[in-house]
Amino acid sequence: MSKTVELHMNLNGEDVRVDIEPADTLAEVLRERLGLTGTKIGCGEGMCGACTVLVDGTPVNSCIYAALKAAGRHVQTVEGLSQDGKLHRLQRAFLEQGAVQCGYCTPGLLLTAAALLRDNPHPTEPEIRAAISGNLCRCTGYTKIVAAIQAASRSGPRSGS
Amino acid sequence: MLPEDYVTPSTVEEALATLASHRGRARIIAGGSDLILQLRRGERAVGCLVDISRIPGLDEIKLQDSHVVIGAMATHARIERSRLVRERAPALADACSRIGSPQIRNVGTLAGNVVNAQPAADGSIALLALDAEAEIANLTGRQWVPVSSLFVSPGVSRVDASAELVIAFRVRAQAPREASAFERLARRKALALPLINVAARVLLDADGSRIREARLAIGPVAPTPFRTRQAEDFLAGQPAERETIEEAAEMAIRECKPRSSLLRAGKEYRLELIRVLSRRALIRAIETARGDEHVQDR
Repeated sequence: MSKTVELHMNLNGEDVRVDIEPADTLAEVLRERLGLTGTKIGCGEGMCGACTVLVDGTPVNSCIYAALKAAGRHVQTVEGLSQDGKLHRLQRAFLEQGAVQCGYCTPGLLLTAAALLRDNPHPTEPEIRAAISGNLCRCTGYTKIVAAIQAASRSGPRSGS
Repeated sequence: MLPEDYVTPSTVEEALATLASHRGRARIIAGGSDLILQLRRGERAVGCLVDISRIPGLDEIKLQDSHVVIGAMATHARIERSRLVRERAPALADACSRIGSPQIRNVGTLAGNVVNAQPAADGSIALLALDAEAEIANLTGRQWVPVSSLFVSPGVSRVDASAELVIAFRVRAQAPREASAFERLARRKALALPLINVAARVLLDADGSRIREARLAIGPVAPTPFRTRQAEDFLAGQPAERETIEEAAEMAIRECKPRSSLLRAGKEYRLELIRVLSRRALIRAIETARGDEHVQDR
């Protein structure tokens, strides 16, 4: 058994402390030690983007990200997107546009898209496709996912999040 | 064995002291996007990870003494967006923009790309064409060495990450009549290994008609990131014309030894790619070196 160390971070707006092992990935800590299973592990080697979370606002693959790199930083997962029981505009747009099929890639795509719209509120389609190029979807193709992100960009941050 | 300790030094000296105290059992972690996987697959045994990401200033990108200097903790994302790198070392900005995916580029570093010593590493290929040097820090001091001297075999670097670390890279800032270009083909535009990648740099004479100096680096076509020195020697002094480039690409094919690989493609196809991508990279470098003096002035 490896010895444990304490990780402090701000997770979805709340300060958390959790005992982890030094080689734990952020995805494991979120899912197995904190019970936040919204973050999915797809390939487990940084090749699919299903595990994408935001660290200080930047999308990273949490399955190959040392959890201790998040110490003292702000981590956002899909659980932090909705506010007061109201879905984020991206979540609503994904539902309305039918951009969800099996759903496994969805949490990662939502966070990648949230970071995109924060930096670029009205992205073009090529900008959206470039931004989500690290998030693989094996069900739908990307047409409806791109449409959902476009729809969310039109609805603006004031209408719901 | 998975690491039992994880330390985040705040100076280079502290990092080196920590490495020394573990006598070979500690290892530097930068972005960690490769190392974490290697540890979990049991490909490396490390007792202590020394995370250099919180050492102030180690991620700087700056122009210093007519060199573009890139700190070891600069991520691919920062390099690809850096105006300085785009304008004065364009092959490197292009190479960094093609690695992995946005998420990987947000975390992975150029230093990690080099120390991992993969013959296909996009960043290493660009650095070779740019005659880059790396600043290595260890207990004997700090020293600039050619990046080309750092590769031993696939996955094995001359940088001993259990005792020393790369601090920075430097490349001479592109001069007038000089330019570089990077080309890559993969099965997809993201999250895919290169079938072949090529970086070219040319320096033309004053009227832009002849090649004074050329570099052509290609991966993965040998056990280490590879420079086609015969093609480079041939190009020096030749007219900057189509026939010259065709002949250089032909020479490059003869120097390279790509293998058939299920991950990449068949050897025959990859040999053709060496021709096409070398040609494209050289032509684009020559055209930029000739035409775009305004690029220098912006």
